[in-house]
Amino acid sequence: MSDDIKVKDGLRESATFDRLTMHEIRRAAETGIYDIRGFGAKRKLPHFDDLLFLGASMSRYPLEGYRERCNTSVTLGTRYAKKPLELDIPVTIAGMSFGALSANAKEALGRGASIMGTSTTTGDGGMTPEERGQSKKLVYQYLPSRYGMNPDDLRKADAIEVVLGQGAKPGGGGMLLGQKITDRVAKMRTLPMGVDQRSACRHPDWTGPDDLTIKIQELREITDWQVPIYIKVGATRTYYDVKLAVKAGADVIVVDGMQGGTAATQDVFIEHVGIPTLAAIPQAVQALQEMDMHREVQLIVSGGIRNGADVAKCMALGADAVAIGTAALIALGCNHPMYDEEFKKIGSAAGFYDDYHEGKDPAGISTQDPDLMKRLDPVVAGRKLANYLNVLTLEAQTLARACGKNDLRNLEPEDLVALTIESAAMARVPLAGTDWIPGHNF
Amino acid sequence: MKTINLQEQSVRELNQLLHDQAAECTEREWEVLEPKGAHNIACGIDQSLSVDIKGHAGYFCAGMNKHAHITVFGNAGQGVAENMMSGTVRVKGDASQAAGATAHGGLLVIEGNAGARCGISMKGIDIVVKGNVGHMSCFMGQAGSLVVCGDAGDALGDSLYEVHIYVKGDVKSLGADCIEKEMRDEHIEELTALLNRAGVDEDPSKFKRYGSARQLYNFKVDNASAY
Repeated sequence: MSDDIKVKDGLRESATFDRLTMHEIRRAAETGIYDIRGFGAKRKLPHFDDLLFLGASMSRYPLEGYRERCNTSVTLGTRYAKKPLELDIPVTIAGMSFGALSANAKEALGRGASIMGTSTTTGDGGMTPEERGQSKKLVYQYLPSRYGMNPDDLRKADAIEVVLGQGAKPGGGGMLLGQKITDRVAKMRTLPMGVDQRSACRHPDWTGPDDLTIKIQELREITDWQVPIYIKVGATRTYYDVKLAVKAGADVIVVDGMQGGTAATQDVFIEHVGIPTLAAIPQAVQALQEMDMHREVQLIVSGGIRNGADVAKCMALGADAVAIGTAALIALGCNHPMYDEEFKKIGSAAGFYDDYHEGKDPAGISTQDPDLMKRLDPVVAGRKLANYLNVLTLEAQTLARACGKNDLRNLEPEDLVALTIESAAMARVPLAGTDWIPGHNF
Repeated sequence: MKTINLQEQSVRELNQLLHDQAAECTEREWEVLEPKGAHNIACGIDQSLSVDIKGHAGYFCAGMNKHAHITVFGNAGQGVAENMMSGTVRVKGDASQAAGATAHGGLLVIEGNAGARCGISMKGIDIVVKGNVGHMSCFMGQAGSLVVCGDAGDALGDSLYEVHIYVKGDVKSLGADCIEKEMRDEHIEELTALLNRAGVDEDPSKFKRYGSARQLYNFKVDNASAY
């Protein structure tokens, strides 16, 4: 029965207990356990679509598209590192683990990013030779679990990212379920095959920001102060977290909003913890500005970045670069309609698949199954990612030129207005057609 | 022997000199004077050096050590031998919390007591403590062995994976999924070898063995009350 017929027949669905809610109640009653899934938040949140650019007309002077240059390069880690990371575009690939992703997917990410002169990031599980081999610029994550962590890989990295939290699950750890644990993954993580691999929610050998300062110094000492140290936080108390991260000595701060993806965690965590990416950026920028560290400590923003407009809006709000995770996987082929029949066989559909933890991904991306993995050609997929990164960059440049900017980092909040009161308040830009920023000028 | 006085040179200068030995080893024996609790002393070494630290060390002393034999002639702060890969670290005094955290290999000997979470998330290191260990020791320990010649605090071995734990004294309480296990011949052999390597004169037959019951290896809703 279609929805139209139901309405015609006078049937009315409850707004509180809609069909999805009822389905989840039944699922919980059947299994007795919460839903674990991947992907990011699926509820509608205030996002970058709620902002608009003010293209130049009379009072501003635009730049000529296809004629006048608009710089996209960015240097990360200028505060302390002897070798800051030079990126050709301000779009980086976020940390995603080998284990959660197939080796081919990790290789494809490295290939695509390297074509475009940007960086990729390891994840929970350590650095693979393939990943290091294909990524010209590789950020090594120092995670609470310390799976696969070793000083040799640390010294091979172009930057180190101390992960304190993730936008999808601030305050939570991860879980790589046993069905995805191949012999190689088990060895890398020093755990038996088939065991559910819990990733800790906190680092085991320090307990607060003062300890973190010393921990960062240790990492710098081990790497002879060569490479930048990032601190990644899930967006929650962003203003305070950024201030403490600066105090602890971060070269770069990564703020991951609640639209950020994950390989596997509780649905209730993904949908109910953290703040939207849009709301986190002004808090982070305010903290940096108050410490006179904006641009001195670079800010990377992630969590639901989809297109060049999102990139440009992040930068206008004060970010130095963005990181993409879920979007990069979609560029590789995640949830591709060509596998719709196979998605249906495992109880999902193309565009809806989020059971990354089950290891049955028909697209060969979030799996360790050798046969499924083979479906993803890392060369072809890497080229697609490069194309996508190129489009993000071109789109962002187009918008920047329209605002009269010859560098993406010259975009500023003054170039933006908001469509809704909520987004105006969160982004701290005026409601369109007014000079009103809720909470700032009455 | 190369001598560095940390009241005259910085930890940065010391560590750089030690790291340079990985490229060209010109001096195998090192002595560090007047450390006075400085942090990050002798971390990131990648060479078979002998380093004697004559005094107390601060946080993360000998962090991520590979190959080197490092002795602290005093107490060590938080996270001594953090993520060590190989070699030996010996603390003549006491160690603070998270000693040997996440370490993948090598031997850590603490001649005094160790604080909370000794061996947390350990991944292959062997740790021998002549004194006591604090609460939550070996939490989420994955591989390797922890030998405690004294007593252990609360929640020993909570959420353990495959670490072998040997305790001679009392255990205040065991953590989730940690149980006492039979001490078979192979365990006596293993413990004897560990005590010998550590230079500790104890009778292996006086120890009890603890390990994972492996009931929480895969999440089951029936176990929810254990988490």
